[in-house]
Amino acid sequence: MTSHQETVILRGHIIDSLILAKVLDTILMMGGMFDLEEVQIGKTREESSRARIVVRAGSAQLLNNILHQIQPHGASVEREADCRLQPAPSDGIFPEDFYATTHLPTQVRLRGQWVDVDGTEMDLGVSVDLEKATAHTVPMGAVKRGQLIVTGRVGIRVMPLQRPRDRDVFGFMESQVSAERPHRHVIHDVAKRMTSMREKFRQGQTGSKVLLAGGPAIIHAGGRDALTWLIEEGFIHVLFCGNALPAHDMEVELYSTSLGYGHQAGRVVPHGHEHHLRTINRIRAIGSIKAAVESGVIKGGIMAACINNHVQVVMAGTIRDDGPLPEVITDSVIAQDAMRAAIPGVGLALLVASTLHAVATGNLLPATIPSVCVDVNPAVPTKLADRGSFQAVGLVMDAASFLRELARELGWTS
Amino acid sequence: MSRLLVCPPDYFGVEYEINHWMRRSNTVNRDEAIRQWHGLIQVLEHDMGAVLERMKPVPGLPDLVFTANAGIAVGRRAVPSRFRFVERQPEEAHFEDWFRSRGFEVLSLEKELFFEGAGDLLGFPEGWFGGYRQRSDIRAFPVLSEWFGREIMPVELVDSRFYHLDTCFCPLSGGELLYFPTAFDRYGQAAIAERIAPHQRLVVSEEDALKFACNAVCVGKHVVLPAGCLGTEWLLEERGYRPHPLPLSEFMKSGGSAKCLTLALD
Repeated sequence: MTSHQETVILRGHIIDSLILAKVLDTILMMGGMFDLEEVQIGKTREESSRARIVVRAGSAQLLNNILHQIQPHGASVEREADCRLQPAPSDGIFPEDFYATTHLPTQVRLRGQWVDVDGTEMDLGVSVDLEKATAHTVPMGAVKRGQLIVTGRVGIRVMPLQRPRDRDVFGFMESQVSAERPHRHVIHDVAKRMTSMREKFRQGQTGSKVLLAGGPAIIHAGGRDALTWLIEEGFIHVLFCGNALPAHDMEVELYSTSLGYGHQAGRVVPHGHEHHLRTINRIRAIGSIKAAVESGVIKGGIMAACINNHVQVVMAGTIRDDGPLPEVITDSVIAQDAMRAAIPGVGLALLVASTLHAVATGNLLPATIPSVCVDVNPAVPTKLADRGSFQAVGLVMDAASFLRELARELGWTS
Repeated sequence: MSRLLVCPPDYFGVEYEINHWMRRSNTVNRDEAIRQWHGLIQVLEHDMGAVLERMKPVPGLPDLVFTANAGIAVGRRAVPSRFRFVERQPEEAHFEDWFRSRGFEVLSLEKELFFEGAGDLLGFPEGWFGGYRQRSDIRAFPVLSEWFGREIMPVELVDSRFYHLDTCFCPLSGGELLYFPTAFDRYGQAAIAERIAPHQRLVVSEEDALKFACNAVCVGKHVVLPAGCLGTEWLLEERGYRPHPLPLSEFMKSGGSAKCLTLALD
């Protein structure tokens, strides 16, 4: 948790006496923050007022110091109750009044202790192990009968995001998306962050993985070489995609076309529309993309770079897929689980040219992970930015332009 | 007519040190203390027309003489004090018994909610001020406010020489306030200034404040205060009050003066 907090209650004639002002000033002067959650002002001069203040600090020690300073002025720590728990009535069903998570760090109170909820992700439930005093998020479909699930709203607290420390494009807490905004400084900041994350990844630091979720427009628009280079240079560590991105990537390798267009010439090739089907069929015959790369059938491109550089790939299928390719997961619940399992360790997400995969990935990411959403359709980055993350940057631009510019910032010379 | 509770100083002395003024080495002259106390009683009863209720002194409770700390009494309702220091806690039962014996409805604060009576709760008919931090706990005031239906503005006492509100803050019958501002923090000073108009605020000099000029008893236009506070006497006379300076030096050895020796029962 980056933030430590406690709720205090202040009551009495606290307004005109300036006791409330004194308490709030004290919190700020000591380096803490506060949210004035509720102020009930007495209706008559005789009637008391009451304020509910959430005090926040960067460390447990500072929080304690602040509470110690404000308690003599009447600020009492609110008596908090443990969270309520109910067993799941059946497999795959939450208790009626289940608590639905946000994408913000969350704590639940178990037997008087605040416990971090593992696996920050929105729209899930929270499962509790009372013996171990642990809590973790659980998707609706994965809950087992009898599993203890947090219900109601008592004994639960959600930590608002702290302003990021880095003074880059992620640090300004903007969530505007505009096609008119210059992209260059954004891409420059993303590149800077990726350079430092690659260094951290090589040192084995946690939270240093870069995830890219992408659609086939990357190939069609001409971003394949740049993305391949980024993977080969160790800037990307996890790839989320569907069936089409790998299919067209390998189509380029086998037929020099993507969706039938000559990759270099830019013209429709006779019977080119069959190329991606023939590609898929060929890989299915070989058994897997991995085998196709290892046997030398697929020598270059994004998928080969992923296999050769041990990049974790999750391919999630959809109802319009041809084939699909052997590694594509066609059960969307299983695909979601596989994507979820790949999230821990990710510290930056690039969501490029795929509404479906960008939104799905956005739903799985905690708000603490910075993300860059790139799409020619402003609706996609807008949707992602609206999730309330301070660190979601949206770029309305072509996928290939983005990847090529990013790669150039990082030293690509093609 | 003013009714005041007093307690003769038969067992008064400095037997422990719980405030800035107390020094066990500074022995009390018991005979002189008794003389000074009777001098005060004389003025209160005869010059000021107050009606006095006398409490029986108790051996081993030297500070029972300071009845301002008995609690707070308004109408027929009384709330006995909850002393911060263990040395004075045995007084609580005696004050409570006295309130009950006189037919007061007694309301009791929780044990850990320190409140030192009229020593820390003073004011005007329209609203009270509550001194906190040194002796009384600010959390006692919302409870008292509810019980008595009065506004209580908490003000923090920041100078250990002025450990009770009544050592630095004295409301007068005409609505003026005799006080020593720097005994309060800036929030308290601002809150007082907000409630009491500038021409009603009579600021006592530090020299007089340290002689406990604010520990005065005001009945009508009469004000009893410790002797030697000439500037304060002048301030009072200018406003039409009649000061009665009295020698109370023996009680000052315990950090108390005229006001500390009385509790208003109206």
